[in-house]
Amino acid sequence: MSDKSVTPKTEYGVVARFEDPGALLHAAEKVRDAGYTKFDCHSPFPIHGMDQAMGLKQSKVGLIAGAGATFGFILGLWLQWWTSTIDYPIVIAGKPFFSYQAYVPVTFGLTVLFGAIGAVAGMFHVNRMPQWFHGVFHSENFARFSDDAFFVSIEKDDPKYDRTGALEFLKSIGGAEPEVLEGE
Amino acid sequence: MVDEPLITGNQTFHSITDTVSKIAERKTTVTWLALIGMALSLVLVLLGSIGYLVWEGIGVWGLNIPVAWGWAIVNFVFWVGIGHAGTLISAILHLFRQQWRTSINRFAEAMTLFAVICALIFPGIHVGRIWVAYWLFPVPNQMQMWPQFRSPLLWDVFAVSVYFTVSLMFWYVGLIPDLATLRDRAKTKVRKIVLGIASLGWRGGNRQWINYERAYLVLAGLSTPLVLSVHSVVSTDFAVSMVPGWHTTIFPPYFVAGAIFSGFAMVMTLGIIVRKIFKLEHIITLNHLEKMNKIMLLTGMMVGYAYSCEFFIAWYSGNTYEAFTFVNRAFGPYAWAYWIMVSCNVLVPQIFWFKKIRRNVAVMFVATIFINIGMWFERFVIVMSLARDFLPSSWDYYSPTIWDVATFVGSFGLFFTLFLLFIRFFPIIAMAEVKGVLPQADPHHGGKH
Repeated sequence: MSDKSVTPKTEYGVVARFEDPGALLHAAEKVRDAGYTKFDCHSPFPIHGMDQAMGLKQSKVGLIAGAGATFGFILGLWLQWWTSTIDYPIVIAGKPFFSYQAYVPVTFGLTVLFGAIGAVAGMFHVNRMPQWFHGVFHSENFARFSDDAFFVSIEKDDPKYDRTGALEFLKSIGGAEPEVLEGE
Repeated sequence: MVDEPLITGNQTFHSITDTVSKIAERKTTVTWLALIGMALSLVLVLLGSIGYLVWEGIGVWGLNIPVAWGWAIVNFVFWVGIGHAGTLISAILHLFRQQWRTSINRFAEAMTLFAVICALIFPGIHVGRIWVAYWLFPVPNQMQMWPQFRSPLLWDVFAVSVYFTVSLMFWYVGLIPDLATLRDRAKTKVRKIVLGIASLGWRGGNRQWINYERAYLVLAGLSTPLVLSVHSVVSTDFAVSMVPGWHTTIFPPYFVAGAIFSGFAMVMTLGIIVRKIFKLEHIITLNHLEKMNKIMLLTGMMVGYAYSCEFFIAWYSGNTYEAFTFVNRAFGPYAWAYWIMVSCNVLVPQIFWFKKIRRNVAVMFVATIFINIGMWFERFVIVMSLARDFLPSSWDYYSPTIWDVATFVGSFGLFFTLFLLFIRFFPIIAMAEVKGVLPQADPHHGGKH
């Protein structure tokens, strides 16, 4: 770590800070209109209207949760049908083997359980979490995103990306302390 | 209509971060050590009484025939009920866009988890041979048998374990951005590593927030029917049986209302202490407490209505056993418990009709304690219907043994141990959510657009 000059540095992109939620929202619109696609707006809390400002599509998490819930529903019903009809049929209180009315609570429980697992696992998957390393963490400044600061980052993989151009652009739309994200 | 601000004292984003994070970052105090020492000694009492129970058998409790269900089920229903307020606050109030929930949801959800853990102990140990407790779950076992899915007792297993799992996921998802805040403030290596791992690399990008918020909404949407179903299923433990006083259709809604009532009482008890100790009066304001008092007044009235409705139906049904059960509840050997229940649950919350009292912290603190006690007695009264069953020759009187009491007191030790650990190491207020409801969080704040 001591001889930084020797290790070649990898470049990840650029980042700049914005004053408040309103400024970040306008910056997002301008970055989007400038044609950047691989950029992100970091804030301590979700900002109303940011999805449209960044031009993001609807989240897929709802669909994944729906798939999970469907799976849970089928699993619950199947489990109770199979155990009490096929594998271990036994008459209880003169009820039919498949007494679906009595199977509602467990089926409902498993629907909710797998729906919730779908929502959380789906969110982790779409967000690529856990991802303990990311280029933005190279910025010392950036740690304030979780406190009270607002940032726009543009990634190096963006087709429109060029280092000085992106830096200048962020400065021109009002970004403070623009910096290049690089490190080992 | 102009609302008073949710968070008082001209807070900035940074002041919220600072106030809340400092609670988790401060040095361990002597008071905290003393408190957790006391709580842990009660945990030892719990472990000891469970150990003795396993060694000796269920006979160490005060159970008899006809009262084959005693404190274990009373405590179970009591603890599960307490959990319900946390989910109501985090899920239902989220769906109703009640922004005031943000100040209290974190520790209310934590309370839910801890209460459900305490609840799960009782059905776990009351089965007698607890080393075969896995028979409760549909796993292949040496008997080549499957659980009986038509039994409410099994519905309970599913309902409560699903409830715990979903609440845990909900709580953790809510914690991620706040753990990232603590990570970014961390000074020591251990904190950096632990919080770094726990916050899963959160970087607050809107590409993450969009999915995060959707997942949160879905969880709220799923938890809402779940929380209403859990105590309904718990009530079917009673309602599906053929016991007078239990076999009624009013039980599910009555239990849910009671659960929310008792849960809010516990949230208030803990919340009042926490906001006082950590000086959070500007985040958990009097307005928050007043709103919770209104919910307690409402649910208290619902519980009171259920008590009277039960009496009416007992008479109107023309069923002698049903009628006897209720007369017996109010004037029989457990009349003392019945009137404790009525005074604590129906009379005490009536004071919340007065705005002065709804905003008086000392009075409401005492009231919440009474309600906690009253709600425990509600379950006790219901279960003690067993003492005088159909045949007078088999009537008996149930009194707890020292082991019943020790297990219950011990469960409070576990609850407070977990809660003390929580307030020592976790962000007890949902910082990201509170920041989101500050006026300056609105991108159009100050009219510059």
